[in-house]
Amino acid sequence: MASVCFYFQVHQPTRLRHYTVFDNNINYFDDRKNAEICRKVANKCYLPANRLILDLIRKYDGRFRVAYSVTGVLLEQLEAYSPEVLSTFDALARTGCVEFLAETYYHSLSFLYSRNEFAAQVNKHVQTIQNLFGQTPRVFRNTELIYNNDLASLIESMGCFDAVISEGADHILGYRSPNFVYTPKGCNRLRLLLKNYALSDDIAFRFSNRDWSQWPLTADKFSHWVSKVNGNGFNVNLFMDYETLGEHQWKETGIFDFMRHLPGEILRHPDNNFKTPSEVVKAYQPVGVVDVPHVISWADTERDLSAWLGNAMQSNAIHELYRLEKKIKGSGDARLIGDWRKLQTSDHFYYMCTKYFSDGDVHKYFNPYDSPYDSYINFMNILGNLHLRCVKTRTDTDLNKTRTNTELQAVN
Amino acid sequence: MKVFMLGWEFPPFISGGLGTACYGLTKALDQMGVQITFVLPTVVQSKYATHVKLVSPSMQQSIHTPMKVQQLKNVVFRTISSPLQPYLTANSYQKKIEESISQMQASHGRTDKFVGTLDYSGDMYAEVQRYAELAVRLAANEEFDVIHAHDWMTYPAGVAVARATGKPLVVHVHSTEFDRSGEHVNQMIYDIERMGMHVADKVIAVSYLTRSIVISRYGISGDKVEVVYNGVERNGSSNLLVGNTTIKKDEKIVLFLGRITMQKGPDYFLRAAKKVLEKFDNVRFVMAGSGDLMHRAVEMAAELGIGSKVLFTGFLRGEDVNKIFKMADLYVMPSVSEPFGIAPLEALDNDVPIIISKQSGVSEVIQHALKVDFWDVDEIANKIVAVLKYPPLGVTLRSHGNYEVRKLRWRDSAARCAKIYEEALVGAV
Repeated sequence: MASVCFYFQVHQPTRLRHYTVFDNNINYFDDRKNAEICRKVANKCYLPANRLILDLIRKYDGRFRVAYSVTGVLLEQLEAYSPEVLSTFDALARTGCVEFLAETYYHSLSFLYSRNEFAAQVNKHVQTIQNLFGQTPRVFRNTELIYNNDLASLIESMGCFDAVISEGADHILGYRSPNFVYTPKGCNRLRLLLKNYALSDDIAFRFSNRDWSQWPLTADKFSHWVSKVNGNGFNVNLFMDYETLGEHQWKETGIFDFMRHLPGEILRHPDNNFKTPSEVVKAYQPVGVVDVPHVISWADTERDLSAWLGNAMQSNAIHELYRLEKKIKGSGDARLIGDWRKLQTSDHFYYMCTKYFSDGDVHKYFNPYDSPYDSYINFMNILGNLHLRCVKTRTDTDLNKTRTNTELQAVN
Repeated sequence: MKVFMLGWEFPPFISGGLGTACYGLTKALDQMGVQITFVLPTVVQSKYATHVKLVSPSMQQSIHTPMKVQQLKNVVFRTISSPLQPYLTANSYQKKIEESISQMQASHGRTDKFVGTLDYSGDMYAEVQRYAELAVRLAANEEFDVIHAHDWMTYPAGVAVARATGKPLVVHVHSTEFDRSGEHVNQMIYDIERMGMHVADKVIAVSYLTRSIVISRYGISGDKVEVVYNGVERNGSSNLLVGNTTIKKDEKIVLFLGRITMQKGPDYFLRAAKKVLEKFDNVRFVMAGSGDLMHRAVEMAAELGIGSKVLFTGFLRGEDVNKIFKMADLYVMPSVSEPFGIAPLEALDNDVPIIISKQSGVSEVIQHALKVDFWDVDEIANKIVAVLKYPPLGVTLRSHGNYEVRKLRWRDSAARCAKIYEEALVGAV
């Protein structure tokens, strides 16, 4: 058996506006730019891709199945700027062939800094998915596939998940293959699904690369590679950004045609099928335990945290952000808490990455700032204002308390 | 390969980037084994000019005997008596001449006769032509394959020597009249620059920014304009000394280092300083350098009410430059127009983070810097405050910047020049 398990990550951060140390406006987000990018990506990717997936599900009468993880920050933006995308996701949900995964609502790194905040964001995301798409996620994926034994234990202890998803990094698997179901070390019930990064990246990164010896990649050729898994694996986990379809790989590269033909080619082999992550863990028994004592992710060749926390600016910014947790939550100010949470989105820290900055590579492509330094300055200026706000809110509350006491005394 | 190089000042007489570039490039060419006759003007009455005899500046004695500088095996220096200096303007030239005449009068106790015999008592343009004539005479006794002239004052000399000898000419554009004077260009200087670039077989620009000015403003065909970036002389010992030269201070120091002229944007620096002080008090702004806007800058600081926070050091050289870099927390270069900008590289080499204007050549080669539009005073102030307020910013800029600057080596610039000499030779045949 070779079960192809597609999971698409669907996410756009809430980008910040240019904010100097002289600003004291409490609108931190660049609504115009966010709307513009949201609509652009909707037109290039979300709408045509959803339409295609829906067609394929109908065409193959439910034999084609996929999973999505849509972040809360994107869902909010879609609601505001491109509600038609939400209806197409809803249509997909109604087919019964689409599974929605759970993650942190704000696409945050909270697992590393605050377990309370992490749990709150996961719950918020689960509820949002229930409300929007009428299904309760049973599989968890952490931001950027950040994972270790601790995360698995935490997810298992939450009691509402069957599996967790991560990167099939060579240094954790060794000779073993990502094409099986595993058990995370320290867990009993929870299952672990690992990304087949070679086949995933053939589509996500190499598809349009003319220097690649396998270019052009056809559905026929790719299915052949997938079918070779038969006999030494059960599930081929193809995990990638949804924006691969039409945004990272433009329509002109033929990516949509590739996807249109892929299910037919895969299903041509009688032993192949498509399964969602939940179906995979139901169908296949775990073959072993995977031990991940150190944190891994799906980023860059390092597969570690260096893209978000690799330099002094990044670690300073994120520490300062989480240091405010108590004060922010203590304020009881919903807008303040919401702003603080949106600042947790991992992209803000990714923009500060200085790795490869001189070489001008993929990091630059996704970066709305001219330099990592500009993004850090902007973030810190906003954080400064956020801090002022929570100090102010507290003083106000204290003042009110004092006044009430004085008034009470006056009455007495 | 033998080069007849029409260059400028050598250490310790360096007054700016032009001298630094000539020195760095020549030293690296020397190490590649390129033979150089380095011709430069010297001011006879200078108190530093210990190696030159005070001679009366008549035509015959204006060319001095060859001299060698240790370390530079393949370079022969030939000096020509001339008051030409980098960064002169017609006005400052006139002032200089008057000063030197009065100095000579004082030391010789004679008046009328000396003035009368002073050949270069004409204006700067006449002097540039006289310099060209002397260069031709000098060249007659030299052997070389190619002529390399640095900036407009030596272009007439380069052109004259090329005409007299038929050797190919390379002119090196370290700055243009548009950089120095904005839109109020001096027509005579522009004409000289244009003529030099048109006659030249190859034009070297110090950045793509300058290359585009050469092409669009001087009408030079793009295929003969090459870009050669400047390098930076590594200050190898700086890291070893950190332990005992750490200067204790309770104030942050933000440094402007450069000529205080329109081109360098001193007014933007001061206006940004004013804004910074609204947010951050524990800081002092140091303006190191001199120039025709010096007095204006002092006045402006007073007018802005920040006089006590701005320190003017005057022109610094040698060890004093290293000292000020060691004290600085941040270097700011808000240049209106900067063909390259070597000083920011020196700042990085000294572990000082930099803010540079996007309108600078150096911005093409350095990524690990904060970049601003020179007119955007708010943004300059925003970035200055950020460096002062958020220490990890300086830490990250320093560690990457210091590494990045090491990639800019004079030996690579010299290798590019050597290749351009070859092309000029082929083209000229």
